Amino acid sequence: MIGVLRNPANGRQTLESAAAIKGRSLWDDAGRRLMRNRAAVAGMAVLALLLTAAILGPMLIPFRYDQIGKNDVWDLPLVGGHLLGTDSLGRDLLARLLIGLRVSLAIGVVATAVSLVIGVAWGATAGYVGGQLDELMMRIVDVLYSLPFIFFVILLMVTFGRSLIILFLAIGAVEWLTMSRIVRGQTVALKQKEFIEAARAAGLTTPAIIARHIIPNLLGPVVIYVTLTIPSVILAESFLSFLGMGVQEPLTSLGTLIANGAEERDLAPWLLIFPSVVMVAALMSFNFIGDGLRDAIDPKDR
Amino acid sequence: MFRFVLRRLVVALPTLLMVVTVAFFMMRAAPGNPFETNRKLPAQIEKNIMAKYGMDRPLIQQYATYLGGVAHGDFGPSLKYTDKSVLQVIAGGFPTSLEIGLSALTVALVLGLSLGVVAALRQNHAADYVATAMAVLGVCIPTFVTAPLLLLVFASMLGWFPAGGLNGPRSLVLPVITLALPQIAIISRLTRAGMIEVLRSNYVRTARAKGLPEHEIVLKHALRAAILPLVSYLGPACAGLITGSLIVEQIFSLPGLGKGFVTSALERDYTVVMGVVIVYASLILALNLLADVLYALLDPRVRLA
Repeated sequence: MIGVLRNPANGRQTLESAAAIKGRSLWDDAGRRLMRNRAAVAGMAVLALLLTAAILGPMLIPFRYDQIGKNDVWDLPLVGGHLLGTDSLGRDLLARLLIGLRVSLAIGVVATAVSLVIGVAWGATAGYVGGQLDELMMRIVDVLYSLPFIFFVILLMVTFGRSLIILFLAIGAVEWLTMSRIVRGQTVALKQKEFIEAARAAGLTTPAIIARHIIPNLLGPVVIYVTLTIPSVILAESFLSFLGMGVQEPLTSLGTLIANGAEERDLAPWLLIFPSVVMVAALMSFNFIGDGLRDAIDPKDR
Repeated sequence: MFRFVLRRLVVALPTLLMVVTVAFFMMRAAPGNPFETNRKLPAQIEKNIMAKYGMDRPLIQQYATYLGGVAHGDFGPSLKYTDKSVLQVIAGGFPTSLEIGLSALTVALVLGLSLGVVAALRQNHAADYVATAMAVLGVCIPTFVTAPLLLLVFASMLGWFPAGGLNGPRSLVLPVITLALPQIAIISRLTRAGMIEVLRSNYVRTARAKGLPEHEIVLKHALRAAILPLVSYLGPACAGLITGSLIVEQIFSLPGLGKGFVTSALERDYTVVMGVVIVYASLILALNLLADVLYALLDPRVRLA
């Protein structure tokens, strides 16, 4: 570019350079803005680290998460090859922490996916169809919104047993409400755009328009909200696990580990401190990325 | 105003009915029954127990009976504590929870407001950064992490506060701090944003031009308008306090409603769980309604129709 500007007389070269300049898409722009946000970049680095540790970590350490060591009860960190010490059954804390992180992240992703599917379908349908159906569907959301959702998850866990699948479904089923509201608002705005009218004029059916034109255009706000839903799901899961209604032993999650550490905090404070640090690091990285994405994708919202 | 409240009640009542209905049928759909013990009971005894609690009748009839009872404030007997009714269990725990919740709300309002105002007045100064950092930490550190860490430091290591139980005002300090922290974070954020906007407005400039002292401008003119968004946060704040109380009462062993709820849920004491869910739901609905009415009263721009 600079070279071109220096000899503007050379018209042909200018044209050639112009062809080489790539247009910046909306997403390129957003990516650039995101990369300039230091908190978001730090969040992404921490998250990458946590994800790698959760996926590969358990294979790299010599202990299994459910391996009981009779002679290693409450080992201090670094004793007997246990980097982070052991718990009351002599199980390696690092191994348990890695598995717990894996379980928590998995629940975060799966339950968010459930809420994503329900929320987007519900919100897009209500927003696009409009009229009385919209009114009815959003009233249902309003009603569900005003309920203390965590109690319903507890109710579900109590009545249908404490299985991971129920946990996924229960949390996903209550986290979709905000998503559906966001999606509906966007859809109502999109509906009036000319390209939707064009699609209708071309004879597309309503489901096809929703699937092909509305949903792809919702991507921005949905992506932002997904990154903010994952930590709140992890939080909900840990909350339940802390109360003894979530993930059950010997399998573990961050919440279960913290609950266990809280009980034994005076004898073995490391059981509380390490899982807490990992939990807070995970929540913070997701929140920073989410905030960064919001600033990057939707600059007018700053 | 009257019509507005009435209209909101018309929405709130079906919501409550739905809560009761969903809770009832979910509990009845659950596999197994609450009287299951390790020892198999003789069939006749089991039949007698079921008959005593009316569980041998058709489902619809049970539902109608339950609904009728709830309308009169009767949630039936507790299934685990045979000498107690659900209402007695709730009444036993409610005062403790209320005390902790109200204290936490007061602390959160006082600290959150001051922090938010200071941060708005000293934008991008040290105080602002402290407030921002507090807000981030308050949102990212969950109650179930704060509570045991506070216990570890202030009860076990320093010995300043008791490690649990309900025993005088000292025993309430740590639970109240735990509950208040996330609320302080949100309230200070809301206040800061509101204050910054209001301080830029024309009437504040007028007040300055009139030569009013700064503290009068901030406290009498700006703050009043800036805290309006807080009023609508009242409902969610109380919901947050109730949810937090489950954790806090559990870990500090306080005999409140939250602890009672968790214990009953783990013991599958269906009637108590249902009763508490209904009480919590009505409380939150009522508070949301109250927040809306308050908002309308305080902000003349909102017209109720």
